[in-house]
Amino acid sequence: MESSSHEHIISYAKLFGVLCSLLSFTAITIGVSRMDLGALNIWVAILIAACKASFILLFFMHLHYETRLLKITFVGTIGCLAILIGFVFWDISFR
Amino acid sequence: MNSRTPDKAGVKLGMWLFLYTEIMLFGGLFILYAVYYSKYTGVFIEAGKSLDITIGALNTVILLVSSFTVASAITAVQKKAQRSAITLVGISMVFGVLFLVNKYFEWGHKFEAGIYPGSPDLSDAEAGKSLFFGLYYLITGLHGIHIIIGLILLSISLYFITTKRIHATRFAVLENSGLYWHLVDLIWVFIFPLFYLIL
Repeated sequence: MESSSHEHIISYAKLFGVLCSLLSFTAITIGVSRMDLGALNIWVAILIAACKASFILLFFMHLHYETRLLKITFVGTIGCLAILIGFVFWDISFR
Repeated sequence: MNSRTPDKAGVKLGMWLFLYTEIMLFGGLFILYAVYYSKYTGVFIEAGKSLDITIGALNTVILLVSSFTVASAITAVQKKAQRSAITLVGISMVFGVLFLVNKYFEWGHKFEAGIYPGSPDLSDAEAGKSLFFGLYYLITGLHGIHIIIGLILLSISLYFITTKRIHATRFAVLENSGLYWHLVDLIWVFIFPLFYLIL
């Protein structure tokens, strides 16, 4: 059986470090949103949100330490979501 | 493996499979938002300005900190520090309640200003505005329900820690409640910029 995160202990210090990065990302996203970058604003906001989401998933949710099976199923889900987004926008942009 | 041994990997995979359905649920709603944003960009940006960034940012910090305390509670249980685990889960729940209190005031102000689903003000406004606030109430409302469910799960975990049914070798309930709580945080990470920060 593959080793699971059940045995992996993440130190308080590391978790606190992740929290600090998440708070800094929040400050950055607020700061950037007050600048006028035109159409780029929304993309920067989504990019920063994706970075924050990755930190939460990898460390708070232990995904970094999980089995390959869990990682593959997670990436598969995001892949399905990406296909859904792709086809919806493909549809609406040619109406 | 005898029948009394819990299947840890299976328990966790089951939880993640459920979380995937949640990702698709909110993902679908965000697509709805994105489609209408591309159609009514100007109106969405105007409507987004009426949301209070301070409350939004405060709620972001609240959820991030509570996620940190839940993750730390799991570390505490693994290190056999039951008392710290109880404190940490307790703090997380207090933060969860604070989030809902903020949300209550935020929604209350909007209701007072005549902005709520089906209100005369919104019906008379341009099409994009009612769509923006319709999606705002739908997504933040559904998210709020998730917070309430998360609080119930955390309180069950808290009860199990105090009664020592959650301990260093068996903490799947806390772990899965934690995963749910983090997912709620994860969704808020996208709600915050899309509704509060668009300019």
